[in-house]
Amino acid sequence: MFRRTLMTATAAMALAVAGLGAASAQETIRLGAAAPQSGPLAGGAAVTHWPAVRLWVQQTNAAGGLQLASGKALIELVEYDDQTNPQQAIQAAQRLATQDQVDFMVAPYSTGLNLAAAPIFAQLGYPQITGTAVTNQQPELAAQFPNMFFLLGRTGVMAEDTAKVLVDLREAGSIGNRVALVNVADAFGIEMAGISKAVLEGAGFEIVYQSSYPLGTQDLAPIIDGAKSAEADAFIAWSYPGDTFALTDQAIVQGFAPSVFFTAVATAFPAYAGRFGEQIEGVLGMGGVNADDPAFQAFSAAHTELAGQGPDFWASAATYATLEVLGQAIEAVGSADRAAVLAHLQDRANSYETILGPVDFNENNDNERYWTVGQWQNGVFRGVSARGRDGAVDVQLFDGWN
Amino acid sequence: MFILITGLLLGGTYALIALGLNLQYGVARIMNLANGELLVAGGFAAFWAYTAAQVSPVAALVLVAPIAFAVNWLIYRIMLQPLVSRAKSRGALEVDSILATFGMSFALVGIMTALFGGGYFNYAYLAQPVDIFGSSYAQNRLVAFVLAALIGLGLWLWLSYTRAGLRLRALAVNPASARLVGIDTRAASAQAFALGGAITAVGGALISMFFTLDASVGILFTMKALIIVIMGGVGDIRGTIVAAMILGICETAVARLIDPGLTLAAAYVLFLGILLFRPQGLFGKKPT
Repeated sequence: MFRRTLMTATAAMALAVAGLGAASAQETIRLGAAAPQSGPLAGGAAVTHWPAVRLWVQQTNAAGGLQLASGKALIELVEYDDQTNPQQAIQAAQRLATQDQVDFMVAPYSTGLNLAAAPIFAQLGYPQITGTAVTNQQPELAAQFPNMFFLLGRTGVMAEDTAKVLVDLREAGSIGNRVALVNVADAFGIEMAGISKAVLEGAGFEIVYQSSYPLGTQDLAPIIDGAKSAEADAFIAWSYPGDTFALTDQAIVQGFAPSVFFTAVATAFPAYAGRFGEQIEGVLGMGGVNADDPAFQAFSAAHTELAGQGPDFWASAATYATLEVLGQAIEAVGSADRAAVLAHLQDRANSYETILGPVDFNENNDNERYWTVGQWQNGVFRGVSARGRDGAVDVQLFDGWN
Repeated sequence: MFILITGLLLGGTYALIALGLNLQYGVARIMNLANGELLVAGGFAAFWAYTAAQVSPVAALVLVAPIAFAVNWLIYRIMLQPLVSRAKSRGALEVDSILATFGMSFALVGIMTALFGGGYFNYAYLAQPVDIFGSSYAQNRLVAFVLAALIGLGLWLWLSYTRAGLRLRALAVNPASARLVGIDTRAASAQAFALGGAITAVGGALISMFFTLDASVGILFTMKALIIVIMGGVGDIRGTIVAAMILGICETAVARLIDPGLTLAAAYVLFLGILLFRPQGLFGKKPT
């Protein structure tokens, strides 16, 4: 019985595949994507990564596909779950290249998974244009993996600009000298906190409270209590989504309202505003966008229509832009010839038009134009600090939880 | 005072996480590694009830508990009963149930991802401060603590003073002898498993008031529950509650006085200490 069912199923699948083959006389470009659909980062990927990738594929196909020399080519997306596991990310990339024989691959989600997958992307010869990797090792990485490109920024720059917001506010006489600095105890949090501390102390700030907490901790009442007892003027947390919510929640509960309240990843998520509503007016966070830019607004509307939720106000647009860059490089070459597309990307003279604005790459394969700090203002997370991007608005002083 | 109260509130959360597993493992002898996923499912149900129908998570318990009871009863009857029937020894049953529920945990993660998507889920319910002895605490944590206390107390009274409770205790002590004195072990085990599942789901619904959940976060809760159940002693409700409180206070004290980074280390040192000096758990009975 079982065998018969199996045979029927196999036959049905064979027919379906044959049907597909007949229907797609038109040329297609196969695009592979492996990113978390389960595991600790699945929540972040479901907000930032997957909807942006699917949206680009849908919009490109709706427009008839990419324009190659031989005619229009539709995109076929092949998705895998890497389970937020570096080993799985590598295997998935390998499988996409050898089994599914995809023409191109979307870079994975998050700094860690992108670093893990970099060697295999390089070995297989696929361009890896990252929209969610933030690292300070770009020069080394670009030297080692010349197929790797960066759109989102560097840790050093993010930490420096965050510290600079504080310096500016102090110079304006708006805040005092006392800073509470906390971080999630993983590579990201430790690196960011280290840079922030050096910059802040160099600028004459006093770190009155510093601590870290293990990944996954959501019981953060002691941390907020500690920062509150230390009477900090500014609170900076290099946090991940779960703890970003928990820190904010506790700060509201304990009435801890310093003049600057900064949390990192997920502050730019629509769910953050969904959870806290108008209370978060003036909260600072990592990233940002030019929310007044029509390109972003159109992206936001299409994203909401496709995914039922808006994009985040930071890396969603960058993820989408990575595919715009890839698509434009493919069209410029006129074929799905991977080596030629990679050569086109590596040619620093080329530039690309994206929803972030123009993108080009420097000698470290880095697009040196990105948003670094944002702030919730009137229900929108607006960029208040950027490198090489227009539209940054002025920082407002945080005046407590409304 | 802040440490004590915050610790107790955290302990209440931990008790909610672990009580159900204690019933499932202590009485029904099923080491349920899908415990955390069922907790998250309870949390999602509360989230859904609150956002879609504006039903408060506490009121939603009226629905969550019976549904979870029925679902867990079915899980036990369909999936786990055959394992119990064919197991030659307790050890064999543990291995089988661990493998089966481990597989089930993946299936549940998949189902929840398919139903709700992979994003983060939270909502604001009673997220206002309440002042106790000069410090502020979240009302929702207080509510969860009170309900945890009520559930724990109710469960303990029920187990200690009712005939049905006596049956479960007999089953926990010795399943073979329980049969000899006329207890329907199959029905009682299914009942214990379902009750444990219902308590876990209720815990999830309450925890969702202040925790940000996503479909794949369940494993964290399973780990915590395992530690607490082993610490407190398998099959003893009092042990679970005491262990949960000790863990909550210990973690909060370490976080506030030494360093938040050491909370995990503190929890495992405590766990190791108990394993070394009292391997049967705080309230567990020595194996005869």
